[in-house]
Amino acid sequence: MDHFARLGLPAALDIEPAALDRVYFASQRKWHPDRFVSRPPEERAKASTEAAALNDAYRTLKDPLSRAFYLAELRGVEMPGDGKTIDDPDLLMEAMEAREALGDADTPNAIESLAARALRDKKAALEGLAGLFLRDDRPAIRKALLRLRYLDKFADEARARRTNLERDAT
Amino acid sequence: MSLLEIHEPGETPLPHAGEAALAVGIDLGTTNSVVAIAREGVPATLHDEAGHALVPSIVAYAEDSRVLVGDEARELLATEPTRVVSSIKRLMGRGSADVRAVAGVLPYEIEPGSGETDMVKLRIGGRARSPVEISAEILKALRARAEAALEKPVERAVITVPAYFDDAARTATRDAARVAGLEVLRLVNEPTAAALAYGLDKGSEGLYAVYDLGGGTFDFSLLRMDKGVFQVLATGGDTALGGDDFDRAIAERMLAERQRDGVIDRVDETAIKRALGLARQMKEQLSPRDHTSGRLELEGKPSFHALTRPEFEALITAGVERTLDIARAVLVDAGVGAAELQGIVMVGGSTRVPLVRQRVGEVFGKPPLTDIDPDEVVALGAALQAESLTGGGDTLLIDVAPLSLGLETMGGIVEKVVPRNTPIPVQLAQEFTTYQDGQTAMAIHVVQGEREMVADCRSLARFELQGIPPMTAGAARIRVTFAVDADGLLTVSAEERTTGVAQRVEVIPSYGLSHDDMAEMLYDSLDHAEDDMVQRLLVEARVEARRGLLALDAALAKDGSLLSDAERSALDGARSRLETAIAGDSRDEINAAAEALETLSKPFAERRMDRGIREALAGVSVSDLERRVGE
Repeated sequence: MDHFARLGLPAALDIEPAALDRVYFASQRKWHPDRFVSRPPEERAKASTEAAALNDAYRTLKDPLSRAFYLAELRGVEMPGDGKTIDDPDLLMEAMEAREALGDADTPNAIESLAARALRDKKAALEGLAGLFLRDDRPAIRKALLRLRYLDKFADEARARRTNLERDAT
Repeated sequence: MSLLEIHEPGETPLPHAGEAALAVGIDLGTTNSVVAIAREGVPATLHDEAGHALVPSIVAYAEDSRVLVGDEARELLATEPTRVVSSIKRLMGRGSADVRAVAGVLPYEIEPGSGETDMVKLRIGGRARSPVEISAEILKALRARAEAALEKPVERAVITVPAYFDDAARTATRDAARVAGLEVLRLVNEPTAAALAYGLDKGSEGLYAVYDLGGGTFDFSLLRMDKGVFQVLATGGDTALGGDDFDRAIAERMLAERQRDGVIDRVDETAIKRALGLARQMKEQLSPRDHTSGRLELEGKPSFHALTRPEFEALITAGVERTLDIARAVLVDAGVGAAELQGIVMVGGSTRVPLVRQRVGEVFGKPPLTDIDPDEVVALGAALQAESLTGGGDTLLIDVAPLSLGLETMGGIVEKVVPRNTPIPVQLAQEFTTYQDGQTAMAIHVVQGEREMVADCRSLARFELQGIPPMTAGAARIRVTFAVDADGLLTVSAEERTTGVAQRVEVIPSYGLSHDDMAEMLYDSLDHAEDDMVQRLLVEARVEARRGLLALDAALAKDGSLLSDAERSALDGARSRLETAIAGDSRDEINAAAEALETLSKPFAERRMDRGIREALAGVSVSDLERRVGE
């Protein structure tokens, strides 16, 4: 059973966070191991498995980026593994330029503005994904997701660099 | 006469559940322990004859072989300090190496650990005793108190643990309960229990933080309360930071003052215990008052010590700021701003310290909530949960894994399988593959922590998956599954997917935590995030490059004849340039050398492929031929 079906949600990119919480809590009320403390071992084991699957589903679908990756996987989009070389020349160029800018940025503000831009780009790219899924344009979905993964990492890296810079300053 | 009850399927209580032995909630604290019971949603602590709810977490092994717990044990502290143990919680799940590092805090004679687990033991009252045994004595006393108060047998309990307790410490707590004859219904995290008591009492909704500073541990948890659901969003802490450290700072100051005044002390177990006892009293007096003094007598030599609140605050400010750093990091983890919090619940005796309340108020921009007794709130929450678990209550607690769990991969890199703050129970798997041709075994090393490199995380367990059929490098599919149950305990299993060779291990912790505790690991990870990333990328580049070299060597050994001498020597040159780069520390150089080698070896790879295809075709015809001959 896929994560959407487990939570009784349509397999779609757009999920209202409150709706996700609602169905998740309702399912956990039924399956959480706390409800099975006095039950026979086989029922307890079953509850534990169900609750674990629910948590996996919830955690995967809660974050928009991981939800997009998961939906792409369901649609049969082949993604390279995490940490593998980027094979998209446009993205490679973008990443190199951004990294260079990050290397040159030497104030917390300059770094923060790079991180903020990455997050803005990420948001825009996420919004653009819906249309690609609708058209089932797999090469474009793949390209967009790779870029999203890069933007996410870049924002993290920038934040880490900022933390270090601030620490060194104090 | 009540109406017939109709339960959800799967939620029907067992017949006679109401008549079964009672289930209590226990806060097994560093300094004090409390037992409580809830009836119809109303929790209450269970008192002794004198009306005290708190049982000091002190155990004494008297000369007449009686075991004393609580106030009685404390009385023995004055006359026979070497027979008395306090703050044993700090040693739960620790190895002897960790304990030597905290020897100043805990004045005990340590027995070296033995056997596989290296669990620490203390020499108390002429015998080596483990923290599990000693904690069990406290639990037995709490159980006896509950049975006396309730006039019924008590066999089941919810026991609270710091959210930041690791696998080893949780297992040790569970074992202690078993020794005390208690079935643990659930290990519940202390801040979560506090939130339960608080939330149910106040009918609160929204985002709340729990700031829990006890005798020896600090936890900070962020929860969402929503119609009876208590969802932990993120948690952080330090299992070696608490009021004990404040006591120690005062005690050290007093001993230094004596030295300054020319008093020669033998700073032994007795001296430290006396000084700590006095320090604790002075600390407590400084909550309502702004100055205090104490008289310390060691070996017949008395001394007098004055302490003002500002002086005390200067001694503890570093510790308090550290708790606030951890708190901020938890909010960042959850992506929540301080302004979004409905309230900050204060838990643990150390939150009575005025500086703590003041700084929490300043950092979060609102006065912290202190209206439930911070020493009792955790036990009250545990009691509510015990009732809910046995009687089918309507609340739901969803907690998280406090620390990331992962595996060591090539080059000492940690591959995280369960990221921290994942809701539990959970079962997550990751696939790995072999690194070398014909590899038949794979070492599985399970680690806990936030850093990128294994050396900076805590090692939980090691085992070896054997019997992998020989295949080319990268062909095997080894699926490693991490299961964390609702108590936060981990089980790891590994399976080779193409053949089904499987192995499963309970994670038996090595009790080998260094003094760099988990909190420090998390704390460090914030400091080192960038260094770690650079280091990780470098190691990945090395691993990738070595993999390429291995493949090239295998190809050369088989099809080296396809190359002219000139081509071969060019390839060898590029190969040795890559080896030099691998030995260096520049990722760019490694990548450049690897790319150069790959470009150079491309024609070779193409020729090999042609030959491979020809051979494959030739092979078919030969076997065809043979079959025809055989017919």
